[in-house]
Amino acid sequence: MRLERRDQTSLALIVAAPVAAIIVSLTLSGGLIALAGANPFDAYFEMVRGAFGSRLSISETLTRTTPLILTGLAAAVAFRAKLWNIGGEGQLYLGALIAAWLGHNMAAAVPAPLAIPIILLAGMVAGALLLLGPVLLRIRLGVDEVVTTLILNFIVLLFVSMMIEGPMKDPLAFGWPQSVAVESDVLLPKILARTRLHIGLIIALVAALLIWFVQTRTVFGLETKAAGLNQKAAAFAGIALGKTLLGVACISGALAGLAGAIEVTGLKGYVTLDLSPGYGYSGIVVAMLAGLNPLGVVITALFVAIVFVGADSMSRALGVPSFIADVIVSISLLTMLVSLLFTTYRVRR
Amino acid sequence: MTAEPVLELSNISKRFGNLLANDDISLSLAQGELLALLGENGAGKTTLMNILFGHYTADEGEVRAFGSFLPPGRPRAAIEAGIGMVHQHFTLAGNLSVLDNIVIGTEALSKLRSDRSKARNKLTDLSEQFGLQVNPEALVGDLSVGEKQRVEILKALYRDARVLILDEPTAVLTSIEAEQLFKTLKGMTETGLSVIFISHKLAEVMSASERVVILRAGKVVAEKSTADTDRAELAELMVGRRVTRPVRQDQTAGGEILAARDVDVVEDGRKTLNKISFAVHSGEILGIIGVSGNGQASLGRLTCGLAAASAGTLVRNGQETRAFSPHALVEAGTARIPEDRNTEGAVGEMAIWENAVLERIHNPLFSSRGLVDRAACRTFTDELISRFDVRGAAPDTGTRLLSGGNMQKLILGRNLATSPNLIIANQPTRGLDEGAIAAVHSELLEARKTGAAILLISEDLDEVLALSDRVQAIFNGRLSEPIAATEADSKSVGLMMAGIWGGTDAA
Repeated sequence: MRLERRDQTSLALIVAAPVAAIIVSLTLSGGLIALAGANPFDAYFEMVRGAFGSRLSISETLTRTTPLILTGLAAAVAFRAKLWNIGGEGQLYLGALIAAWLGHNMAAAVPAPLAIPIILLAGMVAGALLLLGPVLLRIRLGVDEVVTTLILNFIVLLFVSMMIEGPMKDPLAFGWPQSVAVESDVLLPKILARTRLHIGLIIALVAALLIWFVQTRTVFGLETKAAGLNQKAAAFAGIALGKTLLGVACISGALAGLAGAIEVTGLKGYVTLDLSPGYGYSGIVVAMLAGLNPLGVVITALFVAIVFVGADSMSRALGVPSFIADVIVSISLLTMLVSLLFTTYRVRR
Repeated sequence: MTAEPVLELSNISKRFGNLLANDDISLSLAQGELLALLGENGAGKTTLMNILFGHYTADEGEVRAFGSFLPPGRPRAAIEAGIGMVHQHFTLAGNLSVLDNIVIGTEALSKLRSDRSKARNKLTDLSEQFGLQVNPEALVGDLSVGEKQRVEILKALYRDARVLILDEPTAVLTSIEAEQLFKTLKGMTETGLSVIFISHKLAEVMSASERVVILRAGKVVAEKSTADTDRAELAELMVGRRVTRPVRQDQTAGGEILAARDVDVVEDGRKTLNKISFAVHSGEILGIIGVSGNGQASLGRLTCGLAAASAGTLVRNGQETRAFSPHALVEAGTARIPEDRNTEGAVGEMAIWENAVLERIHNPLFSSRGLVDRAACRTFTDELISRFDVRGAAPDTGTRLLSGGNMQKLILGRNLATSPNLIIANQPTRGLDEGAIAAVHSELLEARKTGAAILLISEDLDEVLALSDRVQAIFNGRLSEPIAATEADSKSVGLMMAGIWGGTDAA
């Protein structure tokens, strides 16, 4: 038995890979659910009901989808250019921190219609700047960005922790480590009344479309694609590899930073250390499941959000620990990696 | 012929995906015979030899050595049966001595001490017997390519090989070294060894072999006694049709388009080019001939804008500089054909149209304000495909699916479509079949006719002599003085390739 490279990967196969990954993951996790003493079919039914059962649960699921789309795009854009940005979590928190600071201090001076774009933009700049360091180190000195971006996550989290327990601590928070809150007039408008769903979702969807457009229709997109697939050929064609990588880093970091700024201005209003339940890392799963396709990211972000929101209500109804959500998402990533192998190779005897 | 063949392959078939690499091949080798296996690249020669040696498993058929069946897929069984293989790319450890390289793998790991003196004696005996001079204590990394090949042959003989298989043994040798090699092989067959060598070069097959088996598209198309055939017949059998390469017409060269004056290039801390000077003129082909690995890659990178001169000057259209950039070169009308089309020439995973326009995507023809004009790109690619006869291609086909020859036509086409005034062609026909070679040659000659200056860097002596107006040899990072094509013949150029020019030895 050996693996042989496929001549061409059909579209059906590209779609089939993540679907297969998800089915395998749900099947395997079903075994764990059974071990925990519940019927897997009931559990998944509860999960879907938890995610879609009511107007409120649908809005909750979509609220969860929003940051996942953005961090998923951040990973997809970077990975496509072979830039291994594992620092989405840190970029998200830095974007969030800047947004909280501006939202608290600037709101009085600047009218809201102007302040909101400035805050979101500042979050993007913060995320981009945070990624630029590791990328410059890679270009100049060949430092592995997987290590640097990953480590920066912890540094940023400690920095956020310092800020929200020190200079940015909310004096009205009864001693909880919590940042000052943004003024209410710079909060993002809601899409649905009496829910938490805000226009961040629309921003995320527009971002996905925009990234798709840039990747498929612009010179920059073509050049980054070539540089990501074959550095030697790209250099031969005269593409400045360093410059394209920096461009990609800016976009990727900005998307993750935007996710943080939107979480603060759209949802929480302030920064805590549990602002993100690992959106930066889940974004990597979202991107991989989507085959790094920006439009696919929207769908896979929804899947991951369903699992997380649904797992909570499943846990309440059946007593299965909600950690099962992490298991499902992680296994789906592993199976996706295996499926990807079969989209480029076939097994021959 | 002796009663029993030393080696017998019967009805071997091997399939890779949709490609039938070997189709029902049978051949036999007699004791003391020097057999040539002739065929174009992709004809299945190497696949067949790898099956024989156990690297691949045949889908059908069997191999017999000295009358007994060889188990498929086991190189060790082949070695034990007395078959030795010298690969095109050597399998030696550069940081070990010649003796270590030869002994390695022949002694049991459980033995505490290796018996050096016995091994050295055996090696010395072998090298004397067959005239393969090497110093057993020399470090393999310090040896020349020809010497490394000798080590490879000795390695096989040390393992008591009675049948020797050489895969394209002359690909890395100068013509003088090649001659020496065939003399050695002949001597071996006289002592009762049997040799198969793989080749696509007609000249050496005619002069060295006793019998020749011709492969084409995975099949044995003919088997000839070398004495009963000639080059023309072999060429036709190999290609399957009569192919004539175009002939260069005399013409007068114009002004200087590209020149290098005393240029040094340092790459990875090593001086790869040493005080080289050359000049290419409009309507002229300057051939740079040399054995692979003497600085051609650096010269290619220098002239294609990927490496800078550390000393000396480059001149393009009268403008002096230390380094070109790919972008500026393309803007100035330079066609660049990279040495390795698969890694440098095109991105295999992208569509053909994307590769066709990649290096001039900033041109207003293909994009405006940062947006790609996809319709214009596809139209351009369509024209390219039909004008340069790129087979099996549409603008949206994956580039990886093109054969070597068609990919080269695509690369040539995207460059020539814009009527360049300078063409840098680095190994433009490497690995191509006769038909594709003829097509590339006529495109280059056509460009020369319309006034383009062409720098042809090649390892193929026939190609350089056929196309060039003037020839310079490259050896060890240095360039010889140019000689006119009219004064160049394979003997004089062969000496230049070995670093012997102007009465001095450049080595």
